[in-house]
Amino acid sequence: MLDNLIDITLLTFLVITALAIVRMYNLFAVIMLFSIFSLLSAGLFVVLDAVDVAFTEAAVGAGISTVLMLATLALTYKHKEEKNANRPSHTPWLPLTVVLLTGAILIYGTYDIPAFGDAKAPAHTHVAPYYLEQSLSDTGVPNVVTAILASYRAFDTLGEVAVIFTAGVAVLLLIGRRRRSEGDARKSGDDNET
Amino acid sequence: MKHNLILRLVSKFLIPLIMLFALYVQFHGDFGPGGGFQAGVIFSAAFILYTLVFGLDAAEKIISPGLLKMFASLGVLIYAGTGVAGLLLGGKYLEYNVLASTNVAGQHLGILVIELGVGMTVASVMMIIFYAFAGRGRR
Repeated sequence: MLDNLIDITLLTFLVITALAIVRMYNLFAVIMLFSIFSLLSAGLFVVLDAVDVAFTEAAVGAGISTVLMLATLALTYKHKEEKNANRPSHTPWLPLTVVLLTGAILIYGTYDIPAFGDAKAPAHTHVAPYYLEQSLSDTGVPNVVTAILASYRAFDTLGEVAVIFTAGVAVLLLIGRRRRSEGDARKSGDDNET
Repeated sequence: MKHNLILRLVSKFLIPLIMLFALYVQFHGDFGPGGGFQAGVIFSAAFILYTLVFGLDAAEKIISPGLLKMFASLGVLIYAGTGVAGLLLGGKYLEYNVLASTNVAGQHLGILVIELGVGMTVASVMMIIFYAFAGRGRR
């Protein structure tokens, strides 16, 4: 009962936040709302007992990415283009049809998804029972999430770390070259930033 | 940001606590929620807070971008190296059982070491990205 109440409250706030983001023109406020959105999803994950995911969502979604978006905002503009706000250049019917159709298909698709907590769901019949029963005796690690991520699926996690590393390298290559003097950067012709 | 006395004082108080919490999450990931990824993000959050309050120059005096690049690579190297260590000791790639005398001890060691690698890479990459963005605005 209480669970349902918390779920409904969090989901309602999520929807309100999402609508506010869509309607807002001040980008600073939009970023703050994104942060709130992440925090609310983190709360939702905690209700679903996925504390590790909630942890990540709170740290990355609500924390770091907010700061990064603010840093981006400081380099660009603070407002969306407002001059066309009152008269959009296209009619809303085509996008609305696409959205409604996609939404209908997605909702139709949910009828094939096993019920929440269904013990016969494919996700619970494959390797999950083995992990839940054996991970403690296999690895001696009480947190089954850590056991799966770091031991059974260590190769996947290695790939994830490589992805993060690649992201860092990419950012460095794109905008990391600032330590040289201004003259150098101008000579190489790559500082036509706005 | 020279005048925000309260902000500076509060963040001076908070930064060590955030770092301590990051280390707790890092090394307690076996037992509670968390692990290298979360710990790395939290650790970098402490540095980002420092950079926001005291400025990029002050932060770069503490940990230079070059050092960060080294740490980011070192984390991946530690992770992949653990796999190679398993190979050299006669197991499969990333098989931890052979790392120590018993299977469980080997798993413990392996998980601890690779989480350390994950944490190092994540923390350094987050800081690298933030340095890149923050340094861009300075020109």
